Amino acid sequence: MQVTMTVNGAEVTRDVEPRLLLVHFVRDHLGLTGTHWGCDTSNCGACVLWMDGEPVKSCTVLAAMAAGRSVRTVEDLARDGELDPVQQGFMQCHGLQCGFCTPGMLMTARHLLDRDPDPSEATIREAISGQLCRCTGYQNIVAAVRWAAEHPHGAAEVDDEAVTQSAPAAPGEGRSETEVSA
Amino acid sequence: MQTPAPFEYERAGSVDDALALLERHGPEARLIAGGHSLLPMMKLRLARPEVLIDINDLDDLAYIRLDGDAIAIGAMTRHAELLDSPLLAEHHLVFREAERVIADPVVRNRGTIGGSLCQADPSEDLSAVVAALGAELVVRSRTGARTVPARAFHTGPYETVVGDAEILTEVRVPVRPGAGSAYEKVERRAGDWAIAAAGTFVTLDGDTVADVGIGLTAVGAPHFCAPEAEDALRGGPATEDRLAEAARIAAEHTDPSGDQRGPAEYKRHLARELTLRALRRSVARARGEGV
Ligand SMILES: Cc1cc2nc3c(=O)[nH]c(=O)nc-3n(C[C@H](O)[C@H](O)[C@H](O)COP(=O)(O)OP(=O)(O)OC[C@H]3O[C@@H](n4cnc5c(N)ncnc54)[C@H](O)[C@@H]3O)c2cc1C
Ligand code: FES
Ligand code: FES
Repeated sequence: MQVTMTVNGAEVTRDVEPRLLLVHFVRDHLGLTGTHWGCDTSNCGACVLWMDGEPVKSCTVLAAMAAGRSVRTVEDLARDGELDPVQQGFMQCHGLQCGFCTPGMLMTARHLLDRDPDPSEATIREAISGQLCRCTGYQNIVAAVRWAAEHPHGAAEVDDEAVTQSAPAAPGEGRSETEVSA
Repeated sequence: MQTPAPFEYERAGSVDDALALLERHGPEARLIAGGHSLLPMMKLRLARPEVLIDINDLDDLAYIRLDGDAIAIGAMTRHAELLDSPLLAEHHLVFREAERVIADPVVRNRGTIGGSLCQADPSEDLSAVVAALGAELVVRSRTGARTVPARAFHTGPYETVVGDAEILTEVRVPVRPGAGSAYEKVERRAGDWAIAAAGTFVTLDGDTVADVGIGLTAVGAPHFCAPEAEDALRGGPATEDRLAEAARIAAEHTDPSGDQRGPAEYKRHLARELTLRALRRSVARARGEGV
């Protein structure tokens, strides 16, 4: 069957089997491998992406069910080469080790911050409670989301802070732009 | 990789359309709502429908509204909407408390009340909630609609009265002025199914229990309810002793089976303790105490 949907703002059409899962559609048919595929049983949240603006576990949605809807994956977080503040937060706070859970965590975190720009630690933990990280523990992930909440415009503010706090900053000191966007 | 067996996909544009598709494709066709019970079963090949009829476009079945002396909930209402509903929280806090511990926030964006009740998993939380509240379920076919009491809806594990060419369209929860309600669940980890759970409501006339509903899940309570315990409590004072006695009777009528979530005796103990806690909080809320 033919499915047409909007993925990261662009319309895509593909011929697929009705039984194809959305996670495999975005990874194998569209080459968007940022969305990960883990447990296959709706438990780990590695496959979380947005469908019609809500985070969903894409291993438990058929590509056919997404037809006519709008899908957003982790590839769409960065804008004009500028990482989203949640991505920067994960870098600043060491929110990842192997990175397997990270795309799902990022998509849930972005959704949370869009609805609640200043979430408590408990709220963050609740939001990611359907997602598993087997590397870092959750402390740094929570800190990363808090960082993003405190820096809604991301690195630009970090630079400002670095300048105001440690001015005159010597090159290479503080949190430089290259470090933030590396 | 877990892949469902092949099937044909159809998308319904309306309830009538879905009913026509069900009739055309016969008993091997299945509706798919949130898909968060059905797709995992299809991946494990525990379910092999030949045709899937997607009802996610039926936005007219996604609502929570006051309708006469009932709160009407459309079958396609998602868990997340039930959790966030101020109307449900105002009348029956048991819904919000149950929803807070059903699966996780991402799963709750997809799973629906209709799918939960029709899945009829013996550990489904909402089955206990609607049984406790004495809800009525509206089931439609091409020839008309019928109303089934929640306590007559489930005919066994994974089985309901919904026929092959029927759709559950609405859940009607009676408004009970002054009622207090609560949900108590024990699970192994965040987002897991219940080891045991109890949901209750109580209305008071002075200090007399005017009415009470007790729902239980995951412990083999027939029809997810405890009518013997309700009878024992109704019409007498809402004392701690009588609540405890009702909880004891409720547990006595359960028939839990031991599994990876725990042995039967532990589950029976939980059934008693959780019923008691839910009753206590329901009574306190009916008294207007903020708990
Ligand atoms: C990781 C995980 C954890 C979970 N934890 C819990 C939990 O703690 N507690 C709990 O109660 N549930 C839990 N669930 C189940 C969750 O609530 C499901 O969403 C729900 O059981 C099914 O709803 P659905 O809309 O996804 O139904 P679907 O999977 O789409 O459908 C389930 C069944 O109902 C039928 N059906 C659906 N809608 C209708 C209708 N309107 N009329 C007639 N038949 C219909 C389908 O044909 C199918 O047979 C969990 C699920 C997952 C994946
Ligand atoms: S791969 Fe989808 S939840 Fe684990
Ligand atoms: S960083 Fe490895 S699973 Fe989370």
